[in-house]
Amino acid sequence: MSAAAPHFSLQPSGRLRRRRIVNRIMEGVGTGAALIAVGVLGLVIVSVAVRAAPALSWDFLTKPPNLFGGPGGGISSAIVGSGLIVLVATAMALPLGVLVAIYLTEFAPRAVAAPIQLVLDVLNGLPTIVTGIFVYGLLVIGHAQSAFAGAFALGIVMLPLVARAAQETLLLVPSALREGSLALGVSRWRAVLGVILPTTFGGILTGAVLAVARAAGETAPLLFTTSIFNPSVSTDVTHALPNIPVLIFTYSEQPDKALHEQAWGAALVLMAFVLIASLTAKALLARSRSKLGR
Amino acid sequence: MSAVPTTPSLASRRRLGDRLGDLSLRGLTLASALAVLVLLGAIVWKVVDLARPSISKYGLSFLTGETWDPVKKVFGALPFIYGTALSSLVALVIATPLAIAIGLWLSELAPRGVRGLIGSLVEMLAAIPSVVLGLWGILVLGPFLAQHLEPWLHDKLGFIPIFGAPEATGTGLFTAGLILTIMIVPIIASICRELFLQVPGELEEGAMALGATRWEMVRGVILPATRTGIAAAIILGLGRALGEAIAVTQVIGGGTRISSNVFGPSDTLASKIAASYQGAATALESSSLLYLAAILLVIGLLTNLAAQVIVRRFDPLRGGR
Repeated sequence: MSAAAPHFSLQPSGRLRRRRIVNRIMEGVGTGAALIAVGVLGLVIVSVAVRAAPALSWDFLTKPPNLFGGPGGGISSAIVGSGLIVLVATAMALPLGVLVAIYLTEFAPRAVAAPIQLVLDVLNGLPTIVTGIFVYGLLVIGHAQSAFAGAFALGIVMLPLVARAAQETLLLVPSALREGSLALGVSRWRAVLGVILPTTFGGILTGAVLAVARAAGETAPLLFTTSIFNPSVSTDVTHALPNIPVLIFTYSEQPDKALHEQAWGAALVLMAFVLIASLTAKALLARSRSKLGR
Repeated sequence: MSAVPTTPSLASRRRLGDRLGDLSLRGLTLASALAVLVLLGAIVWKVVDLARPSISKYGLSFLTGETWDPVKKVFGALPFIYGTALSSLVALVIATPLAIAIGLWLSELAPRGVRGLIGSLVEMLAAIPSVVLGLWGILVLGPFLAQHLEPWLHDKLGFIPIFGAPEATGTGLFTAGLILTIMIVPIIASICRELFLQVPGELEEGAMALGATRWEMVRGVILPATRTGIAAAIILGLGRALGEAIAVTQVIGGGTRISSNVFGPSDTLASKIAASYQGAATALESSSLLYLAAILLVIGLLTNLAAQVIVRRFDPLRGGR
């Protein structure tokens, strides 16, 4: 009965030991890489916040810049300008993007959808400075810089983002809904506009918020379209308007310490807006997904 | 038995309305989709058109011209093509292993509780506006590199020509490469994570059941299965790095010399356009800058097309449906 127990050592030795050590090292590398990424994010946020702290005040947010440089003054005109430019850009990109997405998911035959999809993806990856140059050639040469031209350029940047988000949400709509409404004798356009589109509201809103977050920080398209401006508060989109990204860019290129401080303050405002918008979008996405039962 | 409760005229009117509605919605959406095609076409045409004076003067020899001298009115793109290639190379060399490791950690190793959180934080890194990253690069990262890392690398590895004498300000190609790294790591990492999650669980479990360690499973199953996808992710990251203008302009220092020293000042295609356009003195100089934009456009189109062709084979949303 009591045959000699086989002599298995439960301690790994030799090759197995080495394999385990290699495994451990690689696991450590992975964890380390993730920590580095999170660490860099923390480092950037903290160092912007620390340097922006002295600049931040109520006046900084509500007063226009000092006309002759120097200390004091704020960024209110740039906040107003940026808000307007992004608003106009959204007003252009959102409807067009949703229409393109409806065409791609509801109507297009595959042979037509494929090239349009490809062009959207390519447009998404195009260097934004090229977009800026294009709008500069189209709207600025022969006329003048204007906030509208800037918004047009940002709209081009936002279009593929909005279209892609709308498309992904439209694909999530259960086909039972589509088929059900058609089976009830509802015409195609009523089914799309009255039944399908309303269920995608959350997803499209998410996409729009993400696109706004991206557009708000874009500098290159604005550099050629709305960078030479009168620093006072204005809402006239037919003229160049001050805006946050260009303000940070120009101030950061100056040797003046006071301007650097202003740039840090503006950077914190911009970053806070972008990060909060992205977080909001994420929360919205989770909600609309759970509503669609995914 | 049962009469249809509508009069014939009402029914036909409704049918007409529906037909018109169907037609106009289809027409409207089709027009929007075509507008996207026209838009890309217009971008290509306009940028090339703007660069025409310089294109007709230099032709393709612009690409190999080594001097950019506004005073003597001689313009060539080679220093900027070189700067673009080298800064993107620095970024890719650092970012690729880092991003793949992050993707693996997020998809295979991370404890369930923190997986979503860390994933979101990594994505948030991509949301930081480039101009903010550039500001941080010029005022924080640059001086740090100039005081600590660069002199050390120059001392220890100075015999390799790329680690030349550092700039006192910390602006230069290497700083630009690091900023680009920060920008493309989250892009590559999140695509990689999605790819790794798509690898069938049976394959992974099979490898583990055969006694493979986790790393052997990654190396033997996951990485080979996702090779092409990883390549596409890297190309997409490269596309972003090649085209980034603002953050690079802020930290690269500006220069038109081709030098092997990665710590020296330089310029990329995009940063040269952003830095010099306002100050262009002659028509030839500004059209030469726009020629740089046309080159950038072509590079951007090619990298994106290449990446998309590869991605299409994997993404269920795109091809294969």
